Amino acid sequence: MTLYAFYFLTFLAIISALLVVFSKNPVYSILYLVITFFAIAGHYVLLSAQFLAAVHVIVYAGAIMVLFLYVLMMLNLNKEDEPHKPTLVKFAAVLAAGILLVVLIGSLKGASVIQQKTGPEIGLVKNLGKVLFKDFLFPFEISSILLLAAMVGVVMIGKDEPKSKTESE
Amino acid sequence: MIAFLTYKIILVLVIFTITLAVAAYSTYAERKVAAFMQDRIGPDRAGPFGIFQPLADGLKFIYKEEIIPNVSNKLLFIVGPCVAMLTALMAGVLIPWGDTVTIGGIAYSLQIADLNVGILYVFGVVSIGVYGIMIGGWSSNNKFSLLGAIRASAQMISYEIAMGLAIIALILMTGTLSLKEISLQQAGGVGSHWTMWNVVYQPLGFLIFIVCAFAECNRTPFDLPECETELVGGYHTEYSSMKLGFYLFAEYINMFVSSAVISTLYFGGFNFPFMNDLGLTQNWITILGAIALFAKVLFFVFFFMWIRWTIPRFRYDQLMNLGWKGLIPLAILNIGLTGFFTLWLGHK
Repeated sequence: MTLYAFYFLTFLAIISALLVVFSKNPVYSILYLVITFFAIAGHYVLLSAQFLAAVHVIVYAGAIMVLFLYVLMMLNLNKEDEPHKPTLVKFAAVLAAGILLVVLIGSLKGASVIQQKTGPEIGLVKNLGKVLFKDFLFPFEISSILLLAAMVGVVMIGKDEPKSKTESE
Repeated sequence: MIAFLTYKIILVLVIFTITLAVAAYSTYAERKVAAFMQDRIGPDRAGPFGIFQPLADGLKFIYKEEIIPNVSNKLLFIVGPCVAMLTALMAGVLIPWGDTVTIGGIAYSLQIADLNVGILYVFGVVSIGVYGIMIGGWSSNNKFSLLGAIRASAQMISYEIAMGLAIIALILMTGTLSLKEISLQQAGGVGSHWTMWNVVYQPLGFLIFIVCAFAECNRTPFDLPECETELVGGYHTEYSSMKLGFYLFAEYINMFVSSAVISTLYFGGFNFPFMNDLGLTQNWITILGAIALFAKVLFFVFFFMWIRWTIPRFRYDQLMNLGWKGLIPLAILNIGLTGFFTLWLGHK
């Protein structure tokens, strides 16, 4: 049962991830990306990491993708007014993506298969919280400071000139 | 296994039917409440007191001509209302409608699924609920629809933050995410055990939560995405027939589910005062509790309508100011206060 669910979710994730790249319409790309995120959240549930799955859906599918969609709708990209990109840029993009692929393959090649830790309880909120706030407290706090710094940076960049009237959104 | 599946399927069907029935009669109740507030009579033609009005409305929706604009994105135009309806119905799975009923020695819980992540699941469903509106608004290829959709997304993302922060304060106090456990912690009311409902400990959190619930349901005073004086019909301007019906219906289902969540989190869920002093068996207490929860939910649905017909709509910048500069700082203050009192009093 779990195996079939895994195959289904994997199929869904890979197909929709491919469609993200191959869709001509950027809005379709975003919607396929949302489906990919849901499939990955399903994988988390299969690994009994319920908390991770819920947060993944809330943050990625629920917030970040909505903002992507928001921006795309504002721009309303069409095929006609899409600017032509120079060949050099396309070439550079392919090269950069290729290097990333090499790095990914290189890092995954030597990796050993991760054995799942015992019990279905491992990913529940209680256990996860205990691990995060006892064993990994320092890295956790450091990453939260990183996020706070990024947030302050965004507010500083997004701020209007001091004279004009500020308007949120 | 078979018995378990049948019980779950029956439970799902019953709750599904009740949700749809309540949503259908909310449309009738809304018009009656509006009529009452404005000193009119309201719908009274179909049956006694117009009691069959929802049926007439539904039939009318189905028989209306269905128009899909030529310039629209046809696939997404159909997907939009489906997503809106789907996400509206998904959140109801976690509501604990009662404690357990024991039949033939087996305890049946009146909750479809008691997830460990509980309230986070509800929150996730709420956060994807905006897709129905956004897809519908964009695919209509109409400026008013697009403006409505953009307003909806900005509004829902802004108010989700304050809502999440209000829930964090509640979780600090209860120490669990499961809706059922949160309900059970409030058991007793004013009876032998002096357990108060959470609203007594979290008045500020409740206030923030209910304001955000209004914004998430796109209800007046926050119905900017469909405000008819500026945007014709908002995101559903181009919709007709049952697809429009789905959008309107989804709004009433959202109202029902958020009322249920509010009742469960802050108003004792399926518990009622003096429940331990009546000397009834567990089964009777469960059934009475389900009725009590239903009454609380209906009160909040009425509250939604009450607000709609008494308070005028916000302006868009006022809405954003209230969300970012009012509710979020208040919610953070609430978390601080809750943490402080939890430590000081050693409460739970």
